[in-house]
Amino acid sequence: MRGWMGMFLIQLRRDLTLAARLGGGGLLAVAFFVVLVTLVPFGVGAEPALLSKLAIGMIWVGVVLSTLLSLDRLFQADYEDGSLDLIYLSPQPLGLLVLAKCAAYWITTALPLIVVAPLLGVLLNLPAENYGFLVLSLLVGTPALSLVGAVGAALTVGLRRGSLLLSLLVLPLCVPTLIFGAAAAGGHLNNFYLLGAVSLVFLVVSPIASSAALKLNLG
Amino acid sequence: MFDLANPKKFMDFSARLMPWLAGLAALTLGTGLYLALFVAPPDYQQGESVRIMYVHVPAATLSMAVYAFMALASALALIMKHPLADMAAKATAPIGAGFTFLALVTGSLWGKPMWGTWWVWDARLTSELVLLFLYLGYMAIWQAVEDPIKAARAAAVVALVGVVNLPVIKFSVDWWNTLHQPASLMRVDGPAIHPSMLWPLLVMFAAYGLFFAAVLIVRMRMEILKRRARSLQLAQARARA
Repeated sequence: MRGWMGMFLIQLRRDLTLAARLGGGGLLAVAFFVVLVTLVPFGVGAEPALLSKLAIGMIWVGVVLSTLLSLDRLFQADYEDGSLDLIYLSPQPLGLLVLAKCAAYWITTALPLIVVAPLLGVLLNLPAENYGFLVLSLLVGTPALSLVGAVGAALTVGLRRGSLLLSLLVLPLCVPTLIFGAAAAGGHLNNFYLLGAVSLVFLVVSPIASSAALKLNLG
Repeated sequence: MFDLANPKKFMDFSARLMPWLAGLAALTLGTGLYLALFVAPPDYQQGESVRIMYVHVPAATLSMAVYAFMALASALALIMKHPLADMAAKATAPIGAGFTFLALVTGSLWGKPMWGTWWVWDARLTSELVLLFLYLGYMAIWQAVEDPIKAARAAAVVALVGVVNLPVIKFSVDWWNTLHQPASLMRVDGPAIHPSMLWPLLVMFAAYGLFFAAVLIVRMRMEILKRRARSLQLAQARARA
């Protein structure tokens, strides 16, 4: 029997392979993110000073929304084709699968957003000293978004029109990440500790809550 | 106490308790409102508008406490798998959402004369708003899942995840912005509020608590009757088939 780490890596590689062959998800989120942020100047006006003030907030809000976009598919495909049942029946804990799925989701969805974020910073006239903080804050904070999203995805798997419910469940829980993330991106260094703490809390809570939710939907 | 976990015994006991509890709640609420609106003195700074406090503060405090109660009931439901705990949690949510909404509305009405605007993104108002979203999410999952047993467990997970996050949200929002006055009731060196205002406030707290208990029991009784009706219908359908 393989160890937990081995199973984690197998699951991770499977999800990454699936994402690579199917395409879609991650790039769609990036496109959504770019369009969303592009809309902002149309709404608030094109003054460079105003935009540079709004840049961090808009980018962070954009990342939160874009991360949610394809979250309803996180467990859905595996639920529909039955592989979720097989994983559930395997001797490894379900929480391990959740972590692997979150990691894969983060790599395919959050990472491209982080790559694009500085470019959008240029569009929004983000001050030069904030680029490093912005990317770093997104790297520390986005795992929390994927992890808390997994709880919502696990709860709504198999539900019709689950994606709307998913946003209602998940968005309020994203508030701390957004607050600390945006503050950290603004260069307030102690917010990085708090942001990291939020990610770590969700790293503990999410596998427990998600696997409880998956169990009730499968059982 | 655990005898009451039997739905039949709960129905008998609550039927006897109900008139007393409802009467006491109405009496306390009437007394509290009279004290708050007519007896308590106007504030030397805020004038008559301080009377909103007697409605606002208990609603805001109860909205958080009721969420904690709901999470406790959910935890009991998950651990002991007892239907009465499920029903208690389910019955609690709309009452809590009502308190939260009341706190938001009265806070806004109070904010207009005090801050000159209906809404400020102040820390406490904001976390109260997020709390309302948490309640709505909890109620939505009950609606979305058809099978009542599954719905109960899903809702319990939502409530518990929410209660773990509530302190984090509260802390982060406080961190984000503090404009509201600091707490004046809960302080180590005793309340900083004059007794002539404290007493009406405490009576209002008691009234809100009794109101919550009374409505909770009515809603739980209704839920039990609904489930009985459902199982009778199912039995009838089976008998016909």
